[in-house]
Amino acid sequence: MVNITINGQSIQVEAGKTILQAAQAQGIEIPTLCYHKDLNPTGNCRMCIVEVKGGRFLQAACVTPVWEGMDIQTHSEKVTKDRKLTLELMLANHPQDCITCDVSGECELQDLAYEYKASAPKWGSKGGRYPVDSDPNPFIRVDMNRCILCRRCVSACAEIQVRDVWGVAKRGFDEVIVPGAGTTMLEARCESCGQCVAYCPTGALSNKMNYGIARAHQVTKVTTTCSYCGVGCQFDLLKKNDKVIGAQSNPNAPVNGMALCVKGRYGYDYIHHPERLKKPRVRRYLLEGKDKNDIRDSIHDTRNSTSKIESPWDWVEAEWDVALDITAKKLMQIRDQFGADSMGFLTSAKCTNEENYLMNKLARQVVGTNNIDHCARL
Amino acid sequence: MSNSMDDVAQQAKAFFIIGSNTTEQHPVFGTMLRRAVKFRGAKLVVADPRKIDITDFATLHLRQRPGTDIALINGLMYIILEKGWENKAFIDERTENFDEFKAAVMNYPPDVAAKITNVPVKQLYEAAEIIAKNSPMAVLWAMGITQHIVGVRNVMDLANLQMLLGNMGKAGGGVNPLRGQNNVQGACDMGGLPNVYTAYQPVTSDEVHDKFEKAWGATSNTKVGLTVTEMVPGILDGRIRALYILGEDPVMSDPDTKHIRHCFEQIDFLLLQEIFPSETSVYADVLLPGVTFAEKDGTFTNTERRVQMVRKAIPTQGDARDDWWITSQIAKRLLSGTSERVRSEALYTSWDYAGPSAIMSEINALTPSYGGITHQRLEAGERLQWPCPALDHPGTPILHTKQFTRGKGKFAPIEHVPPAEHPDDDYPMLLSTGRVLYHWHGGQMTRRAKGLMEVYGQALVELNPNDAEKLGLNGKNMVRVTSRRGMIEAQAWVTDRVPPGMVYANFHFPNASANELTHAALDPVAKIPEYKIVAVKVELA
Repeated sequence: MVNITINGQSIQVEAGKTILQAAQAQGIEIPTLCYHKDLNPTGNCRMCIVEVKGGRFLQAACVTPVWEGMDIQTHSEKVTKDRKLTLELMLANHPQDCITCDVSGECELQDLAYEYKASAPKWGSKGGRYPVDSDPNPFIRVDMNRCILCRRCVSACAEIQVRDVWGVAKRGFDEVIVPGAGTTMLEARCESCGQCVAYCPTGALSNKMNYGIARAHQVTKVTTTCSYCGVGCQFDLLKKNDKVIGAQSNPNAPVNGMALCVKGRYGYDYIHHPERLKKPRVRRYLLEGKDKNDIRDSIHDTRNSTSKIESPWDWVEAEWDVALDITAKKLMQIRDQFGADSMGFLTSAKCTNEENYLMNKLARQVVGTNNIDHCARL
Repeated sequence: MSNSMDDVAQQAKAFFIIGSNTTEQHPVFGTMLRRAVKFRGAKLVVADPRKIDITDFATLHLRQRPGTDIALINGLMYIILEKGWENKAFIDERTENFDEFKAAVMNYPPDVAAKITNVPVKQLYEAAEIIAKNSPMAVLWAMGITQHIVGVRNVMDLANLQMLLGNMGKAGGGVNPLRGQNNVQGACDMGGLPNVYTAYQPVTSDEVHDKFEKAWGATSNTKVGLTVTEMVPGILDGRIRALYILGEDPVMSDPDTKHIRHCFEQIDFLLLQEIFPSETSVYADVLLPGVTFAEKDGTFTNTERRVQMVRKAIPTQGDARDDWWITSQIAKRLLSGTSERVRSEALYTSWDYAGPSAIMSEINALTPSYGGITHQRLEAGERLQWPCPALDHPGTPILHTKQFTRGKGKFAPIEHVPPAEHPDDDYPMLLSTGRVLYHWHGGQMTRRAKGLMEVYGQALVELNPNDAEKLGLNGKNMVRVTSRRGMIEAQAWVTDRVPPGMVYANFHFPNASANELTHAALDPVAKIPEYKIVAVKVELA
């Protein structure tokens, strides 16, 4: 343990901890942009600078370890003035387009500019240098004009996804984040997991699928479990006007934390696909009380023709009571005639435990057969 | 999984992945393994005929000939025994039948194993050393191990390996099958199988039968029912007259599509409960609209037995209904027609559920391993993995820590059996099937996701450059793949992911589904089809 003083308060801190960690443990909030607790600190944005007594320069709290006798000021006049200047330098090179930016309201740069009352200096903002929406990736919208070069995307791809798609090209004023050696994301072997978007503090990387549809204050979040693979990732579904418009990492997810894959994060639009079944359908022959064996020829003809002539095998939309009554009647007929074991039940690995339990109860209690299975084998 | 993803990824010194395309099929767990290798220095042995993405991170990649997993595993165990790397204390204290097992393994000295598997002897020694000397070592597999006529034997042999090395019941070890679907674990746990009730209570047991007879007021007999791979063909011989299918698409997912279609054409009554019209709905008599996960409350159980809440985010679309409601309505109508079947004094005869939470209460009462897993506890933020038998039980992240379910772990002597179908003069190449990162199973959901289709919009057949050159694929990229059952035409992806003589196809697209080619050669115990080995010929289309 080492003894340090933060804002005049003496505390003991475990050796090796950074100033930022020591301050956070005391409930002192030091602003950060490039730092994220999940990623290795890079210390390049200078937002977390603090004054260390005797030091020649302000120190970046996220990368500076504490030492015995360290005396730190986290919010001195010198520090806040310097932070404001840093923000102004960022804003000098950042479009003043919060009014149309899709991450407005959840942008860390915007929040800090607001807190430190920083605005773009008159001498700055010479206009965009990069094409807007510059990458053909269908999920991720790239606008490098909004990038503050924090490199969280680079770290997220390297350290969370371990795919190393993003890198830094050029130096000085021309410095820019690029996929691969300056190619497109997919060419740079991007798996479209969206980890870079989840960690981007600004609107440089955002989600294409809901661009212009809803901003943070317009959505409601519901935490749920992914319906694709067996890993069991959790995330927040974002909804606006009773429509799912996105999926967002939830840092408290037990299995996956912030990580998601392309299907979990971006494979949700089937939910509102126009082909969704919205009303029960029964074959016309059932409504007409006919026997299926008497119409088998026309089933075959209907499947193999494109004609619009009415067929007993046509789908007809029905009310729930009608469809359920017909179903129950047919199932009972078959059970009475051929026995319970003439019926089979395929339950679903896509459905919930509760629904699967009921299928098992239906087959065994109500019908009396063990002919129940699902696609575990397939 | 006997273990949890977290302890495997954080604590294993080595991984042995065999028959799992982890980074494409369990992508987020795949990234956890990549991190373990890259940042923690864990060793990784991948055994897979294909050069799948995770092999980029492998310490060693063994490219065994498809269908020779037992010879490979036995060959590795031979070397482990030869070098004296086995965990003698674990074998003595926690297992039995070692000698009989050892006798079988002695049939697979390195030169024999190398001859069967096509893996060089030197690589066998390297692999054995990595997996034996880095303890704990976790074995991970998926359908690449199970979808064989020897699927059960493959799994048992991997269990042999982990007992031999003493890697059972400890963090970072274990036998870890990665379950495919979001709730395939739960569907099995909930009795969605022909031989067991919930929590694997066998239907053949009189005691279990009496328990459910008493609880429900009626139940099925003690005879094991039919599997999906028996039910569908059972339509043809009249054994099966009606099917109620909930959220499945057998025409896409079952082997030998042409035969499956033929079976469905003959059925008396097919009830399908779905969210979209599917390839299977073509054959349905009644189609009832259920809902997506975004419209329902309930729980899913993941591959590590973790039960998690699913929460309704949006209202039910159109006049669709909750799936539990639909099943209940059918049950109520059937019961009203035959009320004498169910004894009314039983505690759980009723189908009047207030909702998923009430159904879970009934599950809690009748399912030992789910006894303490309530919606209330999950909503309070508790993280529960079964077995969790009581309300005050914290759940079980790692199984078999003190003893196995049967007491001592029983070694099983396992011999190599060749696959059902071999390449021959007519069908000289070998097809394996599976999925890709951007699609899911029969593709009903992902083919309706615009961005996923933009990245991967049509079926691709992986073909080795040598074979492409032999075929004269120069400039033309459509190929015709034919098996004894059927034919597909698809674009070739010329890539060294597959070795010469092998092609790989997926079953996401109805116009070129690999299941047109596959066959219903089944494992005698699990009745799982041998999707991973099909003899085919490949021509220019």
